[in-house]
Amino acid sequence: MSDLKEFQMEVRAWLEENCPPEMRQPITGDKDLCWGGRNWEFQSPAQKQWLEACVSKGYTVPTWPKEYGGAGFTRKEEIILLKEMKRIGARSPLSSFGIWMLGPALLKFGTEEQKMEHLPPVARGEIRWCQGYSEPGAGSDLASLQTKCEDKGDHFIVNGQKVWTSYADKADWIFCLVRTDNSGKKHHGISFVLFDMETPGVEARPIKLISGRSPFCETFFEDVRVEKHNLVGTRDKGWDVAKYLLTHEREMIGGQAQGVTRPLSEVAAASLGLEDGKLADPMLRAKVAEAEIDEWAFNMTVARKLAEAKAGASLGADSSMLKYYGTEMNKRKYELMMDAAGHEGLEWESDRSEDGKLARSWLRTKGNSIEGGTSEVQLNIISKHILQLPGA
Amino acid sequence: MALVLNEDEVMLRDTAEGFFKDKAPVKELRKLRDERSEDGFDRGLWAEMAEMGFAGIVIDEDHGGVDMGFVAAGLVAEQMGRNLAATPFLSTAILAATAIREGGSAEQKAEWLTKIAGGETIMALALDEGAKHNPAGTATTAEKSGNGFKLNGSKAMVIDGHVADALIVAARTSGEEGDVEGISLFLIDPKTKGVSTERTIMVDAHNSARIELDDVEIDGDALLGDLDKGMETLNKVLSAGRGIVAAELLGAGSQAFADTVDYIKERKQFGKIIGEFQALQHRASHLYSELENARSAVLVALSALDGGDEKAAMYCAMAKAKLGSVAKLASQEGVQMHGGVGMTDEYDIGLFMKRIRVLQELLGDAHYHLNQFAKAHSF
Ligand SMILES: Cc1cc2nc3c(=O)[nH]c(=O)nc-3n(C[C@H](O)[C@H](O)[C@H](O)COP(=O)(O)OP(=O)(O)OC[C@H]3O[C@@H](n4cnc5c(N)ncnc54)[C@H](O)[C@@H]3O)c2cc1C
Repeated sequence: MSDLKEFQMEVRAWLEENCPPEMRQPITGDKDLCWGGRNWEFQSPAQKQWLEACVSKGYTVPTWPKEYGGAGFTRKEEIILLKEMKRIGARSPLSSFGIWMLGPALLKFGTEEQKMEHLPPVARGEIRWCQGYSEPGAGSDLASLQTKCEDKGDHFIVNGQKVWTSYADKADWIFCLVRTDNSGKKHHGISFVLFDMETPGVEARPIKLISGRSPFCETFFEDVRVEKHNLVGTRDKGWDVAKYLLTHEREMIGGQAQGVTRPLSEVAAASLGLEDGKLADPMLRAKVAEAEIDEWAFNMTVARKLAEAKAGASLGADSSMLKYYGTEMNKRKYELMMDAAGHEGLEWESDRSEDGKLARSWLRTKGNSIEGGTSEVQLNIISKHILQLPGA
Repeated sequence: MALVLNEDEVMLRDTAEGFFKDKAPVKELRKLRDERSEDGFDRGLWAEMAEMGFAGIVIDEDHGGVDMGFVAAGLVAEQMGRNLAATPFLSTAILAATAIREGGSAEQKAEWLTKIAGGETIMALALDEGAKHNPAGTATTAEKSGNGFKLNGSKAMVIDGHVADALIVAARTSGEEGDVEGISLFLIDPKTKGVSTERTIMVDAHNSARIELDDVEIDGDALLGDLDKGMETLNKVLSAGRGIVAAELLGAGSQAFADTVDYIKERKQFGKIIGEFQALQHRASHLYSELENARSAVLVALSALDGGDEKAAMYCAMAKAKLGSVAKLASQEGVQMHGGVGMTDEYDIGLFMKRIRVLQELLGDAHYHLNQFAKAHSF
């Protein structure tokens, strides 16, 4: 038996033993995710048990080195772990901006002290992070950000406003883009800093979305003190860190379309019924078939791109392709779900709709192609960095 | 399932890339077309392909092949697609070789596989009859007659039919049109009395033929595989064919795209390079994304065939559906972004559009496979 085969058998046995049955049910909504953090309340004992089991093996961040709370896996080993998890329908033990975004950036740009301070609590789900990038005047044109960061000798003082900060009201810490120099070109003078959301002067105000929920906030900073050792990378060169982090964010958002959910065709068949073994609406049937084949091809592309990249390496501009395609595909899928559900899908407040679960999810997917850089911005990046078209 | 090419495959891809670029670039297709070549392909090129091992790429070594498998065959097909190369690779090295490998007796294998691998014979699959691909709809009949059979019917879209030394004909030995059971395969010499062949040069200037079978008398040993069970062999042949046609579509679509990107980096209007216009950039970037997904689909389908995966047939059908749509989009966007010159015979982009049109139709278009996919998944 090859080493990898043996490894696979070990992983399989461990999962069989340690993944509680409740954690093998398909995710039905946001409420099933485990975000961790200081104030986290586990949804069930099984959720807690599953997180702790994974933390003990480093499985929340399989490719991170062991000293930072990971399992030290190669990309191949990670793929095997994910495959085995998928085989039994295991949920991800921990959803975390710390894992998806901050972690890769710290691993590349952080000092040893920064890694030791911040990575293990992320891996254990103890500290929840939020992302302070966008501002009212700096969305797609992120580099035009204006949140001010002044050098006060032994510390910095931050003043300004962020917006669309997801879960800022629930997060413990923030990784934040600030301006340390305003004299040169806009990409110069940006710095990447970390601070505790409980620092005096930080205020997060939830914004209500079209889904009726309030997962993101306007975030205000008034004379917020930030310690100097919490500057990541080189001062004024934070754009490099910011961009690198974005490639990981995009990979993650693009890949999310792959989650363990019921196939569209099953949902449609349950709702519309079959006639002669075929979905009762032949027009919708064709679109559903096409969407499922597209999803298969896309999932294979995610797997292929990961297999091509070395362990821990970023996919570079291809993360924009995955982000663009995955999110547009996910939106299309939810449009078809709504088509299939008919007026039942429109119920907003009722028991049978679990308070508008489908309608709210459908609306939430509209943000997929906006968050982390819009589809148009991703297409610009592909044009410039992959196709090398002039003026892009 | 391998999602990344191994060393041997990378080497083969590079070899095939150089080979077709050098020996069979698009201008060779133009020459065949403009000189009204009787064969519709270059026999010298085919002999060289056989020497390179391409003709026997899915044939075992005992029968003179190199047995490299379908991922490898796909790499060759992809390069043919990039150059619009006209060769009997699909008809002979894939469809016929798979039919004989899967359905043939020891004698049939010994006779035909060796010849195919050596580039000594051209063979064609005569399956489709109506305007659309519909294997179960086979209406051509083969009645028992003496110790042999008598065939009647007409076949269409027989790739390389007019140059074939032997035909593999699907005919009904029992059951009715629409039945999956009751179809049998026969190996027939096209010079047999009652066989008439009409070459139908297609829109892409590649070979195809219509074949009429009028009381064609053949021996019992012409049967390929079990009586009435032809569909079992045929399913394997069609999966292989779909996977390989998908690979050729990947090549053709990718090259049409590459030509288009090159063009929009050169052409100027309004004092700018047209590739600076975001309307074109975004469409090109969308196409890039689709082609990446198309590439994964082909690779997964062909490696499933090589691995004997139970889902291989489904994956090949899915890949054929995906590639049919994506390559078509690549050619349509290609012509549009070329503007007026895209409509001229002089530019290659139109030739790509024509070739892709034919390939996407072959062995079932996207609609056909979407329907099959839905059926197989009970919806
Ligand atoms: C659900 C959700 C969660 C989010 N979470 C966070 C978070 O946690 N932290 C954070 O910092 N931010 C977050 N964001 C903000 C997100 O990154 C921005 O909304 C996004 O970058 C777009 O910026 P904008 O909203 O200012 O839109 P704009 O930049 O004003 O864009 C408006 C429209 O113009 C188009 N456009 C803009 N520039 C171009 C161009 N050059 N070419 C073509 N079209 C263009 C856009 O594509 C879009 O269609 C989140 C957003 C959403 C929807």
